[in-house]
Amino acid sequence: MSSDRTEQIDVRYVANLARIELSDEECTVFQKQLGAIIGYIDTLKDVNLDTVNTENLDAVEDTELREDISRTSLNQDDLLRNAPESAKGQIRVPKVVDA
Amino acid sequence: MELSNQSITSLRQQLISGDVSSTDIINSLAHAIETKDAEIGAYISHDFDAAQQDAKTADLTLPLGGIPIAIKDNINVKGHPCSCASHFLEGAYTSPYDATVIQKLRSAGAILYGRTNMDEFAMGSTTENSALANTVNPHDITRVPGGSSGGSAAAVASHSAIAALGSDTGGSIRQPASYCGVVGLKPSYGRVSRYGLVAFASSLDQIGPITQNVEDSALLLNVISGGDPADSTSLDQSEVDFTERLNDGVSGMKLGLPKEYFGDGIDPAVRDKVNESIKKLEAAGAEIVEISLPHTEYAVATYYIIAPAEASSNLSRFDGVRYGNRVDDPREIIDLYRRSREQGFGPEVKRRIILGTYVLSSGYYDAYYNKAQKVRNLIKQDFANAYKKVDAILSPVTPSVAPKIGADKDNPLQQYLADIFTISANLAGICGISVPCGEITADSNSQLPVGLQILGPHMGEQTILKIAKTVEDLTQTK
Repeated sequence: MSSDRTEQIDVRYVANLARIELSDEECTVFQKQLGAIIGYIDTLKDVNLDTVNTENLDAVEDTELREDISRTSLNQDDLLRNAPESAKGQIRVPKVVDA
Repeated sequence: MELSNQSITSLRQQLISGDVSSTDIINSLAHAIETKDAEIGAYISHDFDAAQQDAKTADLTLPLGGIPIAIKDNINVKGHPCSCASHFLEGAYTSPYDATVIQKLRSAGAILYGRTNMDEFAMGSTTENSALANTVNPHDITRVPGGSSGGSAAAVASHSAIAALGSDTGGSIRQPASYCGVVGLKPSYGRVSRYGLVAFASSLDQIGPITQNVEDSALLLNVISGGDPADSTSLDQSEVDFTERLNDGVSGMKLGLPKEYFGDGIDPAVRDKVNESIKKLEAAGAEIVEISLPHTEYAVATYYIIAPAEASSNLSRFDGVRYGNRVDDPREIIDLYRRSREQGFGPEVKRRIILGTYVLSSGYYDAYYNKAQKVRNLIKQDFANAYKKVDAILSPVTPSVAPKIGADKDNPLQQYLADIFTISANLAGICGISVPCGEITADSNSQLPVGLQILGPHMGEQTILKIAKTVEDLTQTK
């Protein structure tokens, strides 16, 4: 197993990309745990793909597309019932665009 | 015998002959849950009033007519809460639609009454990551039931469910089934529609049955499988009755033992039980051959790049805008996202989202995600090569029996490494089943079940069910 790579990930920076607020305590714990996990997944660097034919190694196989026809969607009232805040048939959020 | 202790197949016979009613079964089940579940903690929610109404009108001519089925709490059932065992959705989400598997269960006459506990958003292998309930192993309450479908497995094992659905992204059906001594089937990718399953890692997730025996597993697979226009990755398939050839036996079959799966790191007692079972299959006419799956050593690393990458993308929908719990008094929209996600998600979910975001981030994408996709295909090729030589592959499900509660709680990497035997099936899209093959005595003098894993080629469920039935007949502890 590769050594821990705690220096490699800046947990607070990546958590910000993922839109997750972290406490200082969580940040410290995750820094250590994720460092160990990244140290481990770094073992993939040992796989030599130069000798492997990677031409047909696309992960996503072809999937069929459906006909482009409109279908009944879910009921608006049912969907709005799950919204934390709604008004006038729409979901309410804090102001997004400055005037 | 209590009705709640019996299999679907046995109950169906009694329903058809008129010896019992669906109401009797629901009553027996409600009683079992009332007396056992305070200790076991398999359920997050249940509703027996509605179930009693459904029991009165159950159409007994249907394949699951009058049979109650428990559902893992990450599958949408119209009008029911679906929490994914997360504070994010707790008390804040009611499913506005039925998952396809739920529509199929309803059409087959099944009664849906309760939701089982799980690791939050199916991330974990002990069910300790549930934010809502603690589930213990019915064979030894100081041990975990496994996960992430730990509630479903513990419910079936404690006879507080006749049968249940779970979901398996890296072993989440097979591993808890093994720890709890029940049968868990992960169907081939595309066999069962994922529409309505709350997505964790979409290229790996699959819904499957957790049952008391192999015949019930086949029966439930009959009902839930099939192509679905609502899931473009589901496959159209010819109608097969998986119960039909269960008793054909294994004579003439070639069964492979991957040398990479029988190395160091397996509890010797587990290895002995698995080997005993393999010897019985050989005596029953199967030819046992050693095979190689050369990229096995990279499977855990590959999985823990791809699964978190997909999870980080899938779980971006939990932002506090459209559903779930929203933080109070957000300053602005980004603050709303950040703090809603901080409060809503538990540590393992946060860890995996951060890890997934990292491996997908600019500068690391090629080194991690792209490389993992290529190695995933090498793993897939390993299996394709193996199935040119053998009909199915045998292995342990896990390196050990169910661990003690709290054993690896602060060491996620250690937990990830224990997934070694189950995750490759998800990466390769093949099918796998865990079937009980014996019990061993643990330190606390409790008898703990051991599972044998049978891996079949893509869409090879009929073969692995047949082998599993043979193992069950040869082991026959129940």
